[in-house]
Amino acid sequence: MARRLEAEPLNILLTGVGGQGNVLAARVIAMASVASGYQVAVGETFGASQRGGTVASHVRLALKDRYGPLIPRGEAHVIVGFEPLEACRALLAYGNINTYVLANWRPLPPVSVLQGEEEYPALADLERFLLEHTGGLLVLDATARAQELGSAAATNMVLTGALVASGLLPLDPQALDQVLKELFTDAVLELNRKALAAGMAVWEQSTPQQIWLGCSPNKDSATR
Amino acid sequence: MQLNMDRPGVTIFLQGNAALARGALEAGVDYATSYPGSPTVEILELLAQVARQCGFYAEWSVNEKVAVEGAAAASLAGLRALAITKADGLNVALDFLTCLGLTGVRGGLVLVVGDDPSGHSSVKEEDTRFLARVAHLPVLEPTTPQEAKEMVGVAFRLSEHLAQPVVLRTVTRICHAGGNVTLGPLPQERRRPSLGTEDRFICVPRQHLQQEQKLREAAKLAEAWNLVSYEGPAKAETLIVASGPGLLYAREAVKRLQRQDQVGLVGLKMVWPLPETVLQRYLQVARRVLVVEEIEPFIEEQIAALIGRNAGEWPLLRLYGRKDNTIAGSFGGGCGELTPDLVRAALTTILGLSAPEETGFRTEFRPPERELAFCAGCPHRASFWALQSAIALDGRRAVVLGDIGCYTLGRGRSGYRVLHTVHAMGSGLGLASGFGKLKEWNWERPTVAVLGDSTFYHAALPALINALYNRSDLLLVIFDNETTAMTGHQPHPGREVDARGEPAKPVSLEQILHGLGVPLKIQDPYDVRSSMRAIYRALKEEDVRALILRGPCALLRDRKLAQLRTYVDQMRCLGEGCGCNVFCSRVWACPANRWDGLRGKAYIDETLCTGCGACAQLCPAGAIRTEGGEAPWREG
Repeated sequence: MARRLEAEPLNILLTGVGGQGNVLAARVIAMASVASGYQVAVGETFGASQRGGTVASHVRLALKDRYGPLIPRGEAHVIVGFEPLEACRALLAYGNINTYVLANWRPLPPVSVLQGEEEYPALADLERFLLEHTGGLLVLDATARAQELGSAAATNMVLTGALVASGLLPLDPQALDQVLKELFTDAVLELNRKALAAGMAVWEQSTPQQIWLGCSPNKDSATR
Repeated sequence: MQLNMDRPGVTIFLQGNAALARGALEAGVDYATSYPGSPTVEILELLAQVARQCGFYAEWSVNEKVAVEGAAAASLAGLRALAITKADGLNVALDFLTCLGLTGVRGGLVLVVGDDPSGHSSVKEEDTRFLARVAHLPVLEPTTPQEAKEMVGVAFRLSEHLAQPVVLRTVTRICHAGGNVTLGPLPQERRRPSLGTEDRFICVPRQHLQQEQKLREAAKLAEAWNLVSYEGPAKAETLIVASGPGLLYAREAVKRLQRQDQVGLVGLKMVWPLPETVLQRYLQVARRVLVVEEIEPFIEEQIAALIGRNAGEWPLLRLYGRKDNTIAGSFGGGCGELTPDLVRAALTTILGLSAPEETGFRTEFRPPERELAFCAGCPHRASFWALQSAIALDGRRAVVLGDIGCYTLGRGRSGYRVLHTVHAMGSGLGLASGFGKLKEWNWERPTVAVLGDSTFYHAALPALINALYNRSDLLLVIFDNETTAMTGHQPHPGREVDARGEPAKPVSLEQILHGLGVPLKIQDPYDVRSSMRAIYRALKEEDVRALILRGPCALLRDRKLAQLRTYVDQMRCLGEGCGCNVFCSRVWACPANRWDGLRGKAYIDETLCTGCGACAQLCPAGAIRTEGGEAPWREG
């Protein structure tokens, strides 16, 4: 049932701001991974951060061994950034030059920026930084897709959908759908399903030039 | 997915806290108590959801002392009882617990305590194991969510075998970790409470001897009950002794450095008393020992003592850990949480290997930090604004004593740095009682204590009574958001429902204050100007007086107020030329108040705005407008 992994353990970091639903996305991925036969370790770093702080979920998949709940520095294979600044912050700590990054291009300024003490970097600069320092980058406005479907709260499932379609996660969409059916009912289930499909569509409809901006051809073929 | 699903043998993904709750179900818990505190909050939440259905009792207690006392009562009546706290909470229960450790218990009594290395959601990183040692209670530590689940059952059996409470010490990286957990069977029978005619539990000093005997017995059981693990070569000169998630980090480090045939790895699941007999088997052939554990060098110091007691009999060996900074910790100097990188670095050092190449990016780019802040529409922002404005108007530089809850953020930007102190639950009011007596030195600064509704019930009453009786001068401001917000909205004794969602008998804040004879005003914090006036007037008064600023948590508020659409009239906003220093976003600092740098005008992010309307009252140009809904400040 479980497919061979590109790396053992496969380290995926989901990061964002309190309230964006990244802990739930990590749980959905983890539940689907356990059901698909993997050993999974998740570390949720949220602290008191429902109050606007950084939230990160470390997800580590292995075929056999149990790993600790934290990804070592520089060893994330994939970073899913729910917010541009947080994608960069996570890359600096946990990524390396080969890390793939999917980023929701929807800035949420920290309070120091609101108060004018610091500046939010220009989005073009952040994109250039990610391009120059990753193995591949996909930016998308997942929040806009989620809002089109009825609620910004589904941003997390749009990103999860894009991640699954990218092939970076060794899971079948059906495994995720099964988890959604376990967790939700009625309208909420429908919203999450649509969001997952919308995220997959973002990937499918992107041209190779839009996907993995900056990545070398051989890496591209290795993941697709 | 139901926590009480009866599917033994099935493997599912569970968060560590859910695994602990499942472990309690499989062990047939009869009585569960807790006061909400991160990282253990979800355990009682999950248990309470299924308590009625499974036939056991679960409650949110008023504080941890009463939680442990309630659980102890069930244990003395022969039931299996579980009390859940965070590290700080065990302090609150410690006086009782040190006595309970003397009398012993009957039914299994397990204390699940969540330590928070690096204090991700705490004001301190405290190591519970020292408290358990003071109370003479055995301590178990799980490594993974699966082990956490199994260990609840082991702890109950150990508690019943010794007739002694047992501490199951977890850390954030267990509670908020998750992994594969294989379910076990659920019990079919329930216990009945009983108390024999001869049963007495009366604490006397000479029971100290029995405590020590129980601990010796526990240490003996460690091997038979598989509470020590070993992996590695038969005789290892390099030995790692690890507990908790540290064992996983150590295993990963050994694997990454490819030293599986050279390094022995001892996993301690019982960390107090130290299972000396098993341990010395490995220690007496080792030349270097690295101890990997969370927060303090607890195991490390015990091993140092063990080596000392065997001096001359064992070959010389060198001990490494937090004490000598081999394990640097996230804060450095041996302090702060473990990470896989710190453990690998420590092993690299003691093996004399060259440090791995620096893999980090060479870049000057540092993203701006993301400080915690009040949510959009939070009543506390309005309350702190009113408080700091009233204090400024009063001009006597009031001293403001803070407490533990969301409003602790009053120490930072989003509470305008109003708070002078933050310590422990209810301590702000105790400090206020003291500051309020400084008038005997002709101290003229007014004293203000800020605390939340749940904290008031938890620990404030003795301090309040002290202040009244001793005629201290203080203004108590209760930030009442009608819930325990910081930990995720658990009910407290002021609410109409209990942990199981059943009707409760609410204990009203104002009735307590009226009963004590404290002059009281109640004010809507969103009516900022009235709050400011009320605080200003109260500051001028003497003796103990109270003000309740009552507004429901913005994350819970029903959307009646949200019908109030708030927007910036672009014609009225004067931008940088206004002289307001961009009040709405730069000063007021609600995440929904934004600044459009290109147009030089303020605007409101309507996806974040909750329509509280507070900023509309404060914009000096009157540019923030509202329409629809009910605005509290318009009424009078």
